[in-house]
Amino acid sequence: MLRSPAFRSFRMAAWLGWQIESNWTDPFLFAIYSIIKPLAAAGILVVMYRVVTQQAFDTPMFAYLYLGNAFYQYVSAVTTGVSWAVIDDREHYRTLKYIYVAPLNIPLYLFGRGVARFLTTSFAVLIIILFGVGFLKMPLALSTIQWPLLIVSLVLGTLMLGLVGLILAGITLLTARHSYYIGDAVAGALFLFTGAIFPLEVLPAYLRPIGYALPITYWLELMRRALVGRVAQAFPTFSALSDGQLLALLALMTLALGIISLVVFRWCERLARERGLIDYTSNY
Amino acid sequence: MTTETHLDDLAIKTEALSRIYKIRGAKKGEMRERVALEDINLSIPRGELFGLLGPNGAGKTTLIKILTTLLSPTRGRAWVAGFDVVRESDKVRPRINMVSGGETSGYGLLTVRENLWMFAQFYGIPSRQAHQRIQTLLEMIGLADRANTKSSDLSTGLRQKMNIVRGFMTDPEVLFLDEPTLGLDVQAAREVRAFIRRWMDENPSRTILLTTHYMQEAEELCDRVAIIHEGRILACDTPDHLKQEVQHEAIFQLLVETEQPLNSLALENLPGVLRLHHQWMNGGLQLEISLAEEGVLPLVIGELERQQAHLRSLQKRQPSLEDVFVQLVGLRMEEVERERGNGYHPNTQE
Ligand SMILES: Nc1ncnc2c1ncn2[C@@H]1O[C@H](COP(=O)(O)OP(=O)(O)OP(=O)(O)O)[C@@H](O)[C@H]1O
Ligand SMILES: [Mg+2]
Repeated sequence: MLRSPAFRSFRMAAWLGWQIESNWTDPFLFAIYSIIKPLAAAGILVVMYRVVTQQAFDTPMFAYLYLGNAFYQYVSAVTTGVSWAVIDDREHYRTLKYIYVAPLNIPLYLFGRGVARFLTTSFAVLIIILFGVGFLKMPLALSTIQWPLLIVSLVLGTLMLGLVGLILAGITLLTARHSYYIGDAVAGALFLFTGAIFPLEVLPAYLRPIGYALPITYWLELMRRALVGRVAQAFPTFSALSDGQLLALLALMTLALGIISLVVFRWCERLARERGLIDYTSNY
Repeated sequence: MTTETHLDDLAIKTEALSRIYKIRGAKKGEMRERVALEDINLSIPRGELFGLLGPNGAGKTTLIKILTTLLSPTRGRAWVAGFDVVRESDKVRPRINMVSGGETSGYGLLTVRENLWMFAQFYGIPSRQAHQRIQTLLEMIGLADRANTKSSDLSTGLRQKMNIVRGFMTDPEVLFLDEPTLGLDVQAAREVRAFIRRWMDENPSRTILLTTHYMQEAEELCDRVAIIHEGRILACDTPDHLKQEVQHEAIFQLLVETEQPLNSLALENLPGVLRLHHQWMNGGLQLEISLAEEGVLPLVIGELERQQAHLRSLQKRQPSLEDVFVQLVGLRMEEVERERGNGYHPNTQE
């Protein structure tokens, strides 16, 4: 098993991804990049909340948006982490053709490349949450955290985001140089539809179906419920659904996404082989 | 099918393999087709070091990309190590490896050893065995002292050597080398050629398909050579047999001194003169002239005297693959490449 192509693809790619991600000559810069930047983004949100609502930080609404925003960091990080590897290997390291000639499982290789970003983002998210609890009095107690739900939701959510990343990786394979920020772009475009910082009810009725169709929406709700159950359930969007039902929905959507993304990715690979794009470099 | 029966002894087989690229035309939305390979039929037995010799744009890289599963053929089929490169690509990949010259690939932030070790892991080679092989090959190619250098700190030539080790270290059944000495200095190129030869001699079942546009490299290294031009294979045989085709010609190199421009047409039109090539070389004019037989030489010398060109040296030359190429194509390889450089694409179709 340890030597199976699937496992070694993932394991070695994770190792490589970590070497690349942590290849900062200056650990201080690395800290700024991976922690201070997301923390600053959270800070802007806090100020906006204060200015717009004039409310205190210990209200349910604050915990809702603060946690939603914190976990949303994963969306661009994981999708970019997975899809970026295509550009990085093809354009920068010029190794993509050698990766493709090797007996690897490419989807698992790409997932592996995303692991490092997942880890650094987890660290940043943890800091953001600790900051919220420590300085902003966000209502979160260790004793009420539902650990199993938290862990299962995080694993499932990460897998789901990785699968979105795989679709973006397929598109990247075909679009050559135009998709440098595809992960960030998708994360930015979906932000307002996922209930990250306000419940879906705030959206005009005709836009709400987008939110209900996105697995990210269910995943964010699950993460909030695992951390601050009572507070999260006070919001109307999913109040009719139990934790188990939400989890089942997320699992089903992830499964469907898994099938779709593998089909899409294989299809993109086939086109890339037909068009000679696997070793294409922009300054060809 | 009859082909399947003896596929086992063949490292590479292609049947009417063709590849057409679609490229954007001059006008907006217009698509044109460029034929990169046309009806390639090759059978390369295991154990052979096979060379593909051809000028820029001949289709060498395209063929390698198809055989290494990176590119789909437009028509025809190909098998590598007994498996179809399209339908059974996942059976082909563990059995092959590939190196392209003239590029700097690799993870610059990793050391030479780390880069190689990682790729060995991609192939599932146990770590200890991988380290041993890497060490042996690094020593063989003369890179052992830089094993712990970050690969971004290596010169292009040394990076290419690292890349070459990456290709050889997985001990592939079939190895594809796309211009492995491109961009290397004379010394490094010589080392790489010796390395390739040694690796082949170590195990008689190993197979290499190597592309090159250096005549001498093909002649020196390869058991058999296919001459490829504009996507077609024009000839395929051992270097000796290929040269026998032009053996009956007498090829002379002459160095002449002349005040006025030489009328080369008058020389070419002499009966028995097959081909003439001239270039200026340190003060004199170097002529290379192919004659139907040696007896024509006095005629040539007479014509030179008539044109008041003084002969400084005269040498009979053994025919080379260059002469074979010229006979097949009508141009020297460098002339073909120069014309391509001027935007001449004979194989572009509307
Ligand atoms: N991706 C591509 N799109 C369009 N045309 C291409 C593409 N790749 C190669 N070609 C064309 O196909 C032909 C064969 O190219 P190929 O790279 O196989 O030649 P080569 O023999 O490897 O040449 P070189 O010595 O320059 O490497 C050329 O005319 C080239 O311009
Ligand atoms: Mg080439």
